[in-house]
Amino acid sequence: MRDVAALLQRQSFVELPARARCQHLLDDAGQRELLGPFERLTSPWLPKQNIVTQSDDGVVIMRGTLGDTKVVVAAVEPAFQGGSMGEVGGAKIAGALTCALADVKAGDPVVPILLLETGGVRLQEANCGLAAIAEIHDMIVALREHGPVIGVITGPVGCFGGMSIAAGLCSALLVTREARLGLNGPQVIEQEAGVDEFDSRDRPMIWSLLGGEQRVATGLAEDLVDDDVAAIRDLLAERVTAAPKTLARTTDIARFEALLETVDPAEQATAETTRAMFDQTTGAA
Amino acid sequence: MSDANISYGAAWLAALTDHAEPLADYPASVRVVDAALAGRAARYIAVVPDAHARFPRARAGEVGLAEGWALARALHDAVAADEDAADKRVIVAVVDVPSQAYGRTEEAYGIHQALAAAAEGAIRARRAGHPVVTLIAGKAMSGGFLAHGYQANRLVALSGEGVQVHAMGKQAAARITQRSVEGVEQLAREITPMAYDIDSYERLGLLHARLDIAPTAADDAEAVERVHQALADAVADIGDTRGLDARIGQGERTATAAVRQRLAEAWAG
Repeated sequence: MRDVAALLQRQSFVELPARARCQHLLDDAGQRELLGPFERLTSPWLPKQNIVTQSDDGVVIMRGTLGDTKVVVAAVEPAFQGGSMGEVGGAKIAGALTCALADVKAGDPVVPILLLETGGVRLQEANCGLAAIAEIHDMIVALREHGPVIGVITGPVGCFGGMSIAAGLCSALLVTREARLGLNGPQVIEQEAGVDEFDSRDRPMIWSLLGGEQRVATGLAEDLVDDDVAAIRDLLAERVTAAPKTLARTTDIARFEALLETVDPAEQATAETTRAMFDQTTGAA
Repeated sequence: MSDANISYGAAWLAALTDHAEPLADYPASVRVVDAALAGRAARYIAVVPDAHARFPRARAGEVGLAEGWALARALHDAVAADEDAADKRVIVAVVDVPSQAYGRTEEAYGIHQALAAAAEGAIRARRAGHPVVTLIAGKAMSGGFLAHGYQANRLVALSGEGVQVHAMGKQAAARITQRSVEGVEQLAREITPMAYDIDSYERLGLLHARLDIAPTAADDAEAVERVHQALADAVADIGDTRGLDARIGQGERTATAAVRQRLAEAWAG
């Protein structure tokens, strides 16, 4: 049993909105939000569809420190339009990473931390979102040459679509049990492939395959962490000091191709079979 | 293409490489051909339909698990082979991808990671100094396009019906946004980034060039010559650059330009 007193002391990260997430993760001194809500940089596309905008377009960019390390946190707001990436929000993240890369190259390291509660492209701004996400991918890979780029997925939305690819490019991925990570959202798979292939109402199945615990067990995420602000902050403080290294998740191609060879495509994947397959190929590469 | 028998990607890949044999050791759905572009060594890559692909959810030209990792390998191998070369081979992505693969097995085995590896392959090739050019010869959809084509220094597109760029098919987009398909089509006519057609896409300032050539013209020698020329022009335009700057904040993406400029000002404080 867990220590009840400690449990009562905990503060949930999942329940926090994006701005509060940034504020809790960064050191108190020197926090600074860039392009905050008072700049009123809102989506130019949503009003044309009679959808109310949000004055930060659902993305918070905050600079500050975490221990001795300069960081910039980019947080997607899960409560606005499903955490979707529109033109403005996408440009905020891609732009912040571009600024970070310029600093890093000039010898002034800053580590990006991406809080990825996002369904991916905001369909109301489809091609603008897709373009911005490609630009985010580019910057993550460029920054990883110099130091860590850390992704955090805690829930409640999970991380899907083009932003799941962004998560796959991060040098370290921190997830909770509540987190989900997948390319296609459950509703989209059901729509495209049928309910027998994927029942979007089958929550146990969805979490067993896409959930944080499974993703860590299969090596597609690095750290499983409790839904606890202090625990997430402590773990991040360690991860931001990591040296740049080759990312096995994207470069160990032979291992993944060997793994696929052993998968029986006719058999519907379960959490157990998937874990067994990943275990089998671990170390074989 | 929804019809698994027709692939503009396959047709244009063959036409642009003079029907050269694809490299062995790749799945039938990923064709990799080493050929020339305007006298310079080039690696042409296309994802094509394969009715017998091992993974049934990726038989119509979608980018699935096998395709993602194969794309990554084709790109990593090109970078490794040219590591010490002064003149690195051009990468040409010939794109007609209806989407990424939708399936339970795909998600379980990390299709997002396969697509990340493919995207990273293209990013690394570009950042290592390979000119990377994409020919949008049909559909360039969603995660399929992010994994295959979107990381090019320059995007070149054919024109007309059948040439489309979007984040999601109409049915799924309607469901997710809680609209009717007719409603989605209506909005696609009014809102530039929601449109599927290539003319609207061009207005977003993301294309280097749009050629007035139909995707069905792959057997027309003059059309093929013009595409070759356009790809060679794109390579010349890339020069020594390695980023995506040329397409950022252009056209109707004025908000992108404004946000990035404001952010650069605010960054240092």
